[in-house]
This record gives sequence, C-alpha cells and structure tokens, in this order.
Amino acid sequence: MFNKDIIVEIFKEIAKTMDENKALLTELDAAIGDADHGINMTKGFTAVKNKLESIAEEDCSAILKTVAMTFISTTGGASGPLFGTAFLKASSSVVGKDALSNDDLLLLFESAIKGIQMRGKAQKGEKTMLDSLIPAYDAMKKSLDIGDSLIDALNKAEIAALEGVEFTKTIIATKGRASYLSERSIGHQDPGATSCYLILKTINNVLKNRESLVE
Amino acid sequence: MKKLINNPANVVNEMLEGIVSAHPDYVKRVVGFDVLQRTHSSKKVGLISGGGSGHEPSHGGFVGKGMLDAAVAGDVFTSPTPDQVFEGIKAADNGKGVLLVIKNYTGDILNFEMAAELAEADGIKVEQVVVNDDIAVEDSTYTTGRRGTAGTVFIHKIAGAAAERGQNITSVKKVAEKVISNVRTMGMSLSSCTIPAVGKPGFVLAEDEMEIGLGIHGEPGIRKEKIKSADEITSELVKKIINDLQLQKNDEVAVMINGLGATPLMELYIVNNKVNAIIKEMGVNIHKTIVGNYMTALEMAGCSITVIKLDAELKELLDDVADTPAYKQF
Repeated sequence: MFNKDIIVEIFKEIAKTMDENKALLTELDAAIGDADHGINMTKGFTAVKNKLESIAEEDCSAILKTVAMTFISTTGGASGPLFGTAFLKASSSVVGKDALSNDDLLLLFESAIKGIQMRGKAQKGEKTMLDSLIPAYDAMKKSLDIGDSLIDALNKAEIAALEGVEFTKTIIATKGRASYLSERSIGHQDPGATSCYLILKTINNVLKNRESLVE
Repeated sequence: MKKLINNPANVVNEMLEGIVSAHPDYVKRVVGFDVLQRTHSSKKVGLISGGGSGHEPSHGGFVGKGMLDAAVAGDVFTSPTPDQVFEGIKAADNGKGVLLVIKNYTGDILNFEMAAELAEADGIKVEQVVVNDDIAVEDSTYTTGRRGTAGTVFIHKIAGAAAERGQNITSVKKVAEKVISNVRTMGMSLSSCTIPAVGKPGFVLAEDEMEIGLGIHGEPGIRKEKIKSADEITSELVKKIINDLQLQKNDEVAVMINGLGATPLMELYIVNNKVNAIIKEMGVNIHKTIVGNYMTALEMAGCSITVIKLDAELKELLDDVADTPAYKQF
C-alpha cells in the first residue's frame, strides 16, 4: 500500500538522486540556461529530506504539504515555485488520506501537472518539465486503465518520461530562459524535463525494491 | 576558481553583513532574512526589488531615500524564495501599498508572484511591474520576452522619486511602466563569470572572442565573434538601441554605461565617448549620463549601454534627490 513510509522513503531517495546528478543537471542548464538547476534541486530536496527526518504526520496530504513548503522556501529559481506548486497541488488532491490507491496516485499526478501548468503558464511541446511529465502521466493512466499493476504502470511512465526528455532535444524552447536561444536550443535536452524523469525513475526504483523485498 | 571568498555557501550572508556595516545610515538587515530595508523609513508607497545576488550594487545598493525601501537577495544568480520576498514586502510596507520591481526572468516572476499572493492574503496592497529592457533577445511570442537588465536602475530611480513625492501606488506604478516602455539596454561581454557554488565559468570565450547580447547571469548571448574596437562595438550596440527606441532629432535621453564587474572605468568612459558622439550627432539631447558598475555579473568583463527616452515628467523625477549607497543625486 502506498503510505506515509513510502512517501518519506521516496523523497529521501530523490534527494540522493539529485545529489548524484547535480553536475549533470547543472551542465545541461549551463548549455541553455543559467547553470543553477543541479544546485537548486539538490538544495531543495536535501532540505526536504532533513525536514522529513522528524515528521510526525501520518496523513499523506500533510506530508506533501510540508514537502511543498520546505521546497518553496529553500530552492529559489524557477524550480522552487514550479515543483513547490506541484507538491502543494498534489497535497490538496489527497487530503485526509493515510494510504493512496492507484486512482489517488493518478489524481495526485494530474493535480501536480495542472499546478505546474498554472504556475508556469506552459504547455507540452515548449521544452519544459511538462514534456517528460505529461507523456509519463498519459502512459501511467493508459496502463492502469487496461489493468496493469502499479509497478508496470510506473515502468511505462518512466519509459515515456525518458522519451519525453529525448524529444526535448528536437524542439525549440519557447518558455523559460532557454527560449532566448531560440533555434540554438535545439540539440540540448531540457534540464527540468530531465529532473522530472529522474524523480519518476526514483519513485519506480523505490517501489520495485519494496516489491522484491516482499517477494 | 580563484575568488576572494571564504565558503561558497556563505557568500550572500557575509556580503549582506558587510553592506550593513558599511552603510548603517542607509540600510539594516531584516533579522533572519536576506533582506535589506531602509534604516529610516517614511510614510509613502514602498518600493521593493530583488533577484539573484552577484549583480551588486543591485539591488541592496539602491535602498535609501528616493529609491528602494527594501531589496531581497537570492543566492548567486538565483531568484530569492517567496518567503524571503514576502518579508521584503512587509519591510517595505508603510500602509500605502508596495510596488514590486521585477526583472523579467521566469524564476523571479514566479517567486515574486507567490510572495505577492502571500502579502495580499495578509492585507498588504501589492502591485508589480516587470522590467524587460534588454533588446538583445527579440520580444516575440516564441520567447519568454526580453530580459530585465541595467535599465532596472532607472525604474528604481524614477519610480522611487514618484513614491518619495507622496504619489499613490497607482501613479507610482504608472510612472514605473512609463519608464519601462522608454528604456532599452544592449550589452556585450569579453569574458565569462563563475558562480561560486559551481566553480567553473558558465561559458568560455577565447582570447580574441566576444559575445554580443549576453545575459547578466553568464547565460549565452546572441552571437559569438572576433573582438573589434570599442568604437565599432559601441556603434553596433547603440544603433540597435536607437532603432528600437525610434529616437528622433530633438528627443531627450539619459544614458547609462554599465560595467559588468571586471571592466575598468577607463574602458567604460571610452565607450561613453562614442555613445555621446553618436547620440549628439543625431541632434538628440543627453540630459544625464551615468558611468559605472550598477548591474554587474560577478567578475564578467564587458559592458551594457542603456538609453532612456525622457519626457518632462520623467526628467523631473530623474533629477529629484536620491541618497543611497550606490546612487546619489543632489
């Protein structure tokens, strides 16, 4: 069951993933942005990890709200408000729940994406984090709709997210700082789409590890 | 990386403490936050700006009489977070509302917007303007729009004067918007800069190369090419500005030659010599010229040229008294 413990473990693992990929994300950002994405993501998720060490709440929504507020107040840049709003909207979508069903997870994911679209006034195809998140959501929904397990659905989401990252190499940025480069942004993968892919991959890994422990 | 610092993690905090100890008559620190506020506040519309650090004296150096009431400092080249900006808004609020002067970057806009929402929920009247003076990048539906750079200093000065005169928030905002629609900037760089926490430069320029239309965060510009003479470079930059502003004979302007951090005043004055000649030759009157480091990008070498077209109102406000650590007008 998707409960508090899993959420806390996921965020601890995300902090680790971001730290491991700090240089990569910063390098991707240096090519088309301002070279702070790896630093900011690591800073934000490390603060989240430290905060979660002492969290007492059981309710998933309360935990996500703490994650959101911590991320917003430590990260800065565009990532702080964008990921922060995503976690905040995710939190509001599962109020009062101690455990999350597959339907809850889909709603949470959808709410997070809507939050990012609202805050960033962006759509798919503009070379942003949405280019990995939206295909991932679509793949996950389609998979769960045909009766796949959550692990299978997350596997498909992860693959779709990676394809989304690859897709960002082929398009011109029209949002964010990379948009200043117009056609010079082609050939570079979007750092935000990359970090979203890394987050999905981490969630997937946490669940897979848990599954293998049960077996 | 060779820098006069202690620890990359402490640069903003140590800098802010240094500013406060240097200018106690002008600024004090909001306890627990990376916010500088006026030591002596007055009952007027509050003006607040901020953004990533590394652009000093922007923005803390412009806190004082006739300009800003508070400035919020983010990490180097990273927008401050909403809770920090919210503290800045509270510090700038004297009951008459607060105008946020935001440079057009996605991060700045998102964080300031969230802060404005928090302040409004707290009953503070908040208005915002977005500065987009950099004409290096085209303003089209395919980009996030032009960036905010050195022209921001003229917004601080002129809107700050309107607030100091006791104008209400609606008219201060209107003045700020008038400045924004009449100010243009174009820059170039000779070398890159290194964010302390990153440890290596954002881009690399060869010994004989320059970048035209750079950003103030070490982000790539519009074109890399072989270095030319100061006059040739200045002509290109200033002509682009003149065309964009559609300057005509008998217009009146103020000019700012801004250093990016590592360029000596000698070179800035050489640039100004040419700017002055080109503009005067057009029959345009230069009311005021400012030369110095106002909106820097750490140790980047290079400059930006800003021109603002003045009418009677803007001219009068530009001439009003300002007394801040980095900008004085008596």
